[in-house]
Amino acid sequence: MKKVLLSIAVATLVAACGSQEVKKDVPVADRTTPPTQTQPTAQTGTTTPTQQTAVTGNPLKDPKNILSQRSVYFDFDSNVVKDEFRPLVQAHAKYMVEKKDTKIRIEGNCDERGSREYNLALGQRRAEAVKKVMTVLGVQDGRIETVSFGEEKPADPGHDEAAWAKNRRGDIKYAGE
Amino acid sequence: MKKFLLAILLCAAALAARAQLTIDITTSGGRQIPVAILPFAGEGAQAQPVSPVVSADLARTGLFRLVNTVGVSPLPTEPSEVNFVDWQARSSEALVIGKVEPQADGRLEVRFRLFDVQKQSQLASFSYVVAPAQLRATAHRIADVIYEKLTGERGVFSTKITYVVKRGTRYELQVADADGANAQAVLASNEPIISPAWSPDGSRIAYVSFDRKKPMVVVQNLAQGTTRIVANYWGNNSAPAWSPDGSTLAVTLTRDSIAQIYAIPAGGGEPRRLAVTPAIDTEASFSPDGRWIVFTSDRGGSPQIYRMPAAGGAAQRLTFEGTYNVRPRYSPDGKSIAFVQREGGRYRIAVLEVDTGQVTVLTDGTLDDSPSFAPNGKMILYEAQANGRGQLAAVSSDGRVRQRLVSSAGDVRDPAWGPLPAN
Repeated sequence: MKKVLLSIAVATLVAACGSQEVKKDVPVADRTTPPTQTQPTAQTGTTTPTQQTAVTGNPLKDPKNILSQRSVYFDFDSNVVKDEFRPLVQAHAKYMVEKKDTKIRIEGNCDERGSREYNLALGQRRAEAVKKVMTVLGVQDGRIETVSFGEEKPADPGHDEAAWAKNRRGDIKYAGE
Repeated sequence: MKKFLLAILLCAAALAARAQLTIDITTSGGRQIPVAILPFAGEGAQAQPVSPVVSADLARTGLFRLVNTVGVSPLPTEPSEVNFVDWQARSSEALVIGKVEPQADGRLEVRFRLFDVQKQSQLASFSYVVAPAQLRATAHRIADVIYEKLTGERGVFSTKITYVVKRGTRYELQVADADGANAQAVLASNEPIISPAWSPDGSRIAYVSFDRKKPMVVVQNLAQGTTRIVANYWGNNSAPAWSPDGSTLAVTLTRDSIAQIYAIPAGGGEPRRLAVTPAIDTEASFSPDGRWIVFTSDRGGSPQIYRMPAAGGAAQRLTFEGTYNVRPRYSPDGKSIAFVQREGGRYRIAVLEVDTGQVTVLTDGTLDDSPSFAPNGKMILYEAQANGRGQLAAVSSDGRVRQRLVSSAGDVRDPAWGPLPAN
């Protein structure tokens, strides 16, 4: 658990410095079972032990781990990865550098305004922007596919600025998820 | 400005999944031709009367005023029975009469005549022998004849439209008659479907499917129901547009970089990149003569409409006003381009005259999208948003006539108007 927190702290530090320096001695993928992780399986009686192990042992699914955060939000008409989301992207980059067999797909999304196909292209540009942050940190190009859902998969179905802000995003999905 | 509401109750048969379609028409300015369409003798015995469909078709264009025919008795079915003086008194310029007669083999003979009331002369006369199930289609053919005789332009009442309906998490690609009747789902999915495009002969529809959790381009043969994935490369595959000869699709791929336009054989095959730019190029549309492709590009810093040779090459910018001009579609005569323009946070359908560069905004919505010309170029079908739902709307290419096709069936979006039927 401490290790996880440390990795977050380092990721934040790296982001704050705006540098590409990544300390290699800091483990990010913590396979040990955190003591507080029995809660997610308590909600259903049908969860099998296998799933329980998978959930509790997976930093990507651990709500306390930054790796469980997958969405990068964008300003209107912008594909700039904002500073507040850099720690998240950097943590995923670090994880992928260490776990060489991982592949991801970054899914770009837009709000509903404008034409569907131009939005599809814009969403892809957002996904590319997230990818670029990761490749700069050492993740090989071929392990990251960028795709776009344009305006077709809004996180919030509303039609106001609050909804649109949630819909302009890039989502990180690991292969097999 | 005249406003009237035309409620069309679709035929009662097989209506379970269909809702009432209300067409709300607004016309402003322009002359309307007064035309009297009499009930066809014998049509009352049929499940599908003919004359109400003809009347609705003509009224929907906004180009005609339907003259009151109440109280005409007996119904004339032959020229000799027509009292032209009476129709002149009713200020009608044209008159339509007809009859529906059962044949011994169970089919029906539908006859109609169109008259010039002032000249007391016959403009057209046709007879069709059809199965009862064909009565509605026959009515559209009659409306096509009347429209062409009275306006000099081809009618589009026998054409089809396609659009996507979203209900909850379910998406359906539907094909319907141009008046919204006979809607049928040709594809259903739990993933989005966008950008349907008719092949020039109307036999196939290309569209973008997200069935594999990312956009790919699929061509579906309507009669056979078969599908073929024509583009499913690394990244996005989208925005299909047919060449006028039906041999080639222009598509947008991101396999080599950001969104760029490629030509791909319509039956599948290796894509050929048409241009190399560092910006987004997408939303291709072929000119009707096949020489040009118009498309959206943000190479100049904001999305604008450009034109390049269909084989690829240097592009020329066509729009200069505003910071957001997207989704171009050539008119059938190639002289103008419909597109989406953003102004003051509102997205509207506009038309660009290619030769002069003149832009006319046609609609007044907030989130209008996906303009598609009728094959006679007179109307533009598009997606409008009202109360948070997509719905279909149409506007005449001169902006004077507007229709809203209000359906209670979910979120209706991304329409495309099909070609004229082959005959």
